[in-house]
Amino acid sequence: MPTDPFLGELRGILPGGSLLVSEEERRPYECDGLTVFRELPRCVALPRTGAEVQALLRVCSRHGVPVVARGSGTGLSGGATPHPGGLLLSLARMNRILAIDPLLRVAHLEPGVRNLQVSEAAAAHGLYYAPDPSSQVACSIGGNVAENSGGVHCLKYGLTVHNVLGVRGFLMDGEPVEFGGTAPDAPGLDLLALSIGSEGLLMVVTEVIVRLIPRPPCVQLAMASFARVHAAGDAVAAIIGAGIIPAGLEMMDRKAAAAVEPFVAAGYDLGAAAILLVESDGTAEEVADQIADIERVLRAAGADSVRIAGSAAERLRWWSGRKNAFPAAGRLSPDYYCMDGTLPRKHVGRALEAIEAMEERYRLRCMNVFHAGDGNLHPVILFDANEPGSWERAERFGAEILELCVELGGTITGEHGVGIEKINSMCVQFTAGERAAFQAVKESFDPQHLLNPGKLIPTLARCAEYGRMHVHGGALPHPELPRF
Amino acid sequence: MTDAPEAVLEGLRERVRAAARDREPLRLRGHGSKDFYGEALEGEVLELGAYAGIIDYEPSELFIRARCGTPLSVIEATLAAQGQHLAFEPPRPGADPTLGGAVASGLSGPARLYLGAARDFVLGARLLDGHGELLAFGGNVMKNVAGFDVARLLCGSLGILGILTEVALKVLPRPRAERTVRLELPAAAALERFNRLAGQPLPLTACAWHEGQASLRIGGAEPAVEAACVQIGGEVLDAGMAEAFWRGIRDYALPHFSAATLWRISVPATTAPLPLPGAPLIDGGGAIRWYADLPAGTAVREVATAAGGTAQCWRTPARGTRSFAPLSPVALELHRRLKARFDPHGIFNPGRLVPGL
Repeated sequence: MPTDPFLGELRGILPGGSLLVSEEERRPYECDGLTVFRELPRCVALPRTGAEVQALLRVCSRHGVPVVARGSGTGLSGGATPHPGGLLLSLARMNRILAIDPLLRVAHLEPGVRNLQVSEAAAAHGLYYAPDPSSQVACSIGGNVAENSGGVHCLKYGLTVHNVLGVRGFLMDGEPVEFGGTAPDAPGLDLLALSIGSEGLLMVVTEVIVRLIPRPPCVQLAMASFARVHAAGDAVAAIIGAGIIPAGLEMMDRKAAAAVEPFVAAGYDLGAAAILLVESDGTAEEVADQIADIERVLRAAGADSVRIAGSAAERLRWWSGRKNAFPAAGRLSPDYYCMDGTLPRKHVGRALEAIEAMEERYRLRCMNVFHAGDGNLHPVILFDANEPGSWERAERFGAEILELCVELGGTITGEHGVGIEKINSMCVQFTAGERAAFQAVKESFDPQHLLNPGKLIPTLARCAEYGRMHVHGGALPHPELPRF
Repeated sequence: MTDAPEAVLEGLRERVRAAARDREPLRLRGHGSKDFYGEALEGEVLELGAYAGIIDYEPSELFIRARCGTPLSVIEATLAAQGQHLAFEPPRPGADPTLGGAVASGLSGPARLYLGAARDFVLGARLLDGHGELLAFGGNVMKNVAGFDVARLLCGSLGILGILTEVALKVLPRPRAERTVRLELPAAAALERFNRLAGQPLPLTACAWHEGQASLRIGGAEPAVEAACVQIGGEVLDAGMAEAFWRGIRDYALPHFSAATLWRISVPATTAPLPLPGAPLIDGGGAIRWYADLPAGTAVREVATAAGGTAQCWRTPARGTRSFAPLSPVALELHRRLKARFDPHGIFNPGRLVPGL
């Protein structure tokens, strides 16, 4: 086999074992958490230092080779799907906690540090890192920055963008950059905000400074059952309307509760159309005050039953069902496809009814769990990839849910990102001018278009083609719905 | 009689297109309360105050969307009627500022380090760019990761990328109870106290030090506030006095802020008292240090940089002093490229945020 000068240069940067070129070594990197999209990268690099990342980027930039950065590979939108001609840059070995400053309440992290690891390391100081995506045992902080990850406590504690104080890293040409820091209000445009959630299209992050906050000493959980989904949706609005910001506010529909109950024995009311979990945290005084308010509002909103967890064990059991919805889906069905749209809370009931109608139309089952407090839906579509046409139906089903979210004044992705998965739906949510603005941002940072190309921003041609597929006879889908 | 918003917006678009055609710089202005802020004020004034009005407000959805010319007083009164507020406490220096100006300046009040800055509350924005095109970014929902976060980028952009015609902000319930406690402490001890307390689960919403006194504001449920007051100690300030004090910091209205020369230094909150003459007013739990009347020639920026922060010259009679700390060459280049793409003819607020841009 003739020697490849590009690979030769990479070998000069990385020690042996840090560059993977054989097919069997590259295979584990062919997809991220969204396994329906697979692609073998040209090679995989596993740098251990920022200097190695910089050198790799310089070589790729000079050779015009695309670079896809990857953390733990738990992403759900194909954001880390490799480029067939490109370098897959795994940051998993850059996994050191560089420093924790308990008095200033910050942690300096390499991108491969796992989300939960941060809170574990900060626990000795009574502090923790608030964003807690469901995959927090495995997902990396660098991936969280790329996706602006959320979790079940965003309503009160914010997303990644609210909890990251600064990032350091490199542009595609190897130029070092630093945005934000431990001092507030850096001068100039807020490039930190722009870099968070940029899905690896603008820069490669090699250090993240996160804010740590005091661990609340008290946590309490209320669970309410509702005979109608609409009533549960109204209860969510009533809680927030009453001036209560719970730490977590989650909903499960009957199908989701029934799916998880056999596995976790949480004690869910399987007769209920919807179950709400409402968590309060803070000082003992705050929690006692808030839980009493929450219980009162839930009852007034027509809950059939309201229970307060009697112990920490019971609270964790009630949560475990919610957190195990995806594994439960995996037991019910050979494959499942999890969606991530957000809509105004008041439309939640309506959206669930529309999804029910879609189940019949696409001949696929769908169970719903969602971050009700944020209006962030996670419909889980069950399908069988081995059955011809099943995945295609699931994909169209998912796209229709996202279009519904946009029509109801929401968005196609609340926390999972666009990646490759929702790139067509970007055509629905944004005008050509807005997509051109995204392209302008991209080109400001990466004029060569080498960082994670083909993700996040659809081309004009792609949108034109998607539009032809979806707009029939000039009519938009769901003509019965008011447009926003 | 006022024009319909659509007509006002169309007028703005025409003006922008004409300015782009004629390469005529425009100086964007809401109510002018922040004319003092930033670098150069150049170009023909383009008044935005007429594009006003709340578009959408639903208390249970926790957001408000309004046109850029809407006065903050209107927004805040509307929210207060529902027991809600803008938790980042947008400053009101002088005349009643507009929403657009509040977001374009990105300024935040004393709660900044505890509840978040203006940028943390931006959910969505509409931009009239240098092509005269209206673009929408973000939305009205808390969780939204579709596309780059351009809405947040516009917060604090001082209008250099275009006209922020519409903004959606996250709103929060007002704390049910609020108290301010005051303790006599030297600056170093106050900084230590602020940071130690911020590491404990207490509902702190502001910490400031001025003239030998540390003031700590606590907001939340009544019993929690009560318990926190006991834990922190000190003397509980009369509610009216407390409100006047925090408003005086928020609006730069305390006498300390009226100095002829005023520097605002941002540092990590635990930074020891800086080696600069005179006593600062400390806000943001230690992260923001205001120095009045530093002698000419004081190496303020060097001191700030050495402490890991930046210094901003808020006010000076000396000509030619830049306000903001200079950007690194790579950051400056990114600013240039973004400016060139959003505002290719350089018509919006030239030089206001970065000299030459």
